Amino acid sequence: MSGRALRRHLTSRLMTVLVIILSFTAVLALVLILGNLIAKGASSLDWAFFTRSPVPAGQSGGGVANAIVGTVIVVGLAALIGVPVGVGAGMYLAEYGAGRLGFLVRFIADVLNGTPSIVIGIVGWTFIVKPSGRFSALAGSVALAILMIPMLARTTEEMVRLVPHSLREAALALGYPRWRTSLKIVARTAMGGIVTGCLVGIARVAGETAPLLFTALGNLNFSLAVGQPMQTLSLQIYVYATGPFDEWHRLAWASALVLMGLVLVISLAARWVTRQRYGSVR
Amino acid sequence: MALFRSDRIYQRTLTAFALSLPLLILVILGVLLVSALPAIKAFGPSFLWTSTWDPVAEVYGAAPMIFGTLASSLLALLIAVPLALSVAIFLTEFSPRWLRQPVAFLVELLAAIPSVAYGTWGIFVLIPFLRQHVVPVLKALFGWTPFLQGVFYGNSLLAGGIILAIMIVPYIAAVSREVLLAVPTAQREAALAMGATRWETVRSAVLPYGRAGLIGAIILGLGRALGETMAVTMVIGNRHDIGVSLLQPAYTMAAAIANEFSEATTNMYLSALFEVGLILFVLTVAVNAVARILIWRVARGAAVGSKAL
Repeated sequence: MSGRALRRHLTSRLMTVLVIILSFTAVLALVLILGNLIAKGASSLDWAFFTRSPVPAGQSGGGVANAIVGTVIVVGLAALIGVPVGVGAGMYLAEYGAGRLGFLVRFIADVLNGTPSIVIGIVGWTFIVKPSGRFSALAGSVALAILMIPMLARTTEEMVRLVPHSLREAALALGYPRWRTSLKIVARTAMGGIVTGCLVGIARVAGETAPLLFTALGNLNFSLAVGQPMQTLSLQIYVYATGPFDEWHRLAWASALVLMGLVLVISLAARWVTRQRYGSVR
Repeated sequence: MALFRSDRIYQRTLTAFALSLPLLILVILGVLLVSALPAIKAFGPSFLWTSTWDPVAEVYGAAPMIFGTLASSLLALLIAVPLALSVAIFLTEFSPRWLRQPVAFLVELLAAIPSVAYGTWGIFVLIPFLRQHVVPVLKALFGWTPFLQGVFYGNSLLAGGIILAIMIVPYIAAVSREVLLAVPTAQREAALAMGATRWETVRSAVLPYGRAGLIGAIILGLGRALGETMAVTMVIGNRHDIGVSLLQPAYTMAAAIANEFSEATTNMYLSALFEVGLILFVLTVAVNAVARILIWRVARGAAVGSKAL
């Protein structure tokens, strides 16, 4: 091998090794964070943690039952509001989105996807909390729904576009009206993908804190009233992790583990749904 | 042209849902603008470059937060870009087939960790680690530069930048990976056929082809970093100060809103915070728009990166 060829091959080797090292550094970070969360959180997970509400500051014991229930309510309500709008907009983009309006909506959805969630939080405050005069779980849900809509619109569009054209043409050729073709044939075929998109969207907003700070606010007591302030796991973690007590820090780790577990379970469910419908995806 | 009246109803319903998105962006902009108006009138454009933030005297200037936002995001990019691009290149070009799926899954997992969990990790693991192992070494090596002056108490620009970097790595990696997957195989084969080594193939055939998309991915990561709130608020120190030292506490726009919004007792204070929100919103919208245009040029309108959201 000439010197030049040798140098080229050495460079190639060197860069390959560098790329591998850097990749594993990135993956290592994840393993570290996951490891820490499990190591520091798991020991605090007991029956009381899941079934009891917080005790006054300084005392030990207590749990986050109110926050777990609150997370489910706030996120569930957000899904109720956000899913129809997001999926509807996505159907529009896939069915009628070839024109100028489609382009505009697509672009805005992509841009809104990157909007800071804290900004959505203060907009939600202005619209719901300020006029009604009180913080409420419902205001938090609306803020989360706003975060979800652009995300769902884009994933729904992607999934619906995967449906082969021949299927739609077959239905139309049989004299099906377009709306029935769209709903009964196209949307139903893409259902697995749409559900996956929705689950991914829900998983993402379930971990959000910033939009809830000035809407759902948080609540130390167990509450089911959507017109009142409500605690969520994310808000609870923020308060506990930044607070002064060791006991709070312990609960923060445990809550973080539970919240991540929740997000993970929803994400895995999303993958599972996709796999059921389409076989393995890349 | 619809044959059925029901078709028209269907189309109108879907159009209404779709119109909610342009409406949403207008509403957000409108709310921020109206609420920020008193502050805009009172302080004018100097809001952007003055650094007094005095709620008692009712004088506000956002320069320290704008500086902190930009500084922490750039620091994050500096750390995250080499890591994220390596992951993307590794996964598409070098990795053995059996390893691709697990690594891609791990990277997606990183994107699923909630922001507050990153913040908690930052407070209790990252900051002590930086204090004990990283900062002493950095100070010994580069202590003479202006970037490492002062005492390290923990909450700092450095901690904020690192946390942000860890958070945007999976995002940039996922989008870059999709961009690289979109590069035609023929492109690689052509380079290999001409006798290029594997790295030369990547550098001269793959990366240039996806350049616009990769830059888009990085800018998208920047957009994330600019608007990220909770994790940064928990570790950056939240001090209204402009300093070049990475070891000193700083502030970001998002953190200021998160911290002070509920304490804002006067209308002017609230209005100043809304103006901060407006600046942040406009900045991220601009950054995202640029990123999207670049990515669309490569991927032709596909929702690239939607899986990593």
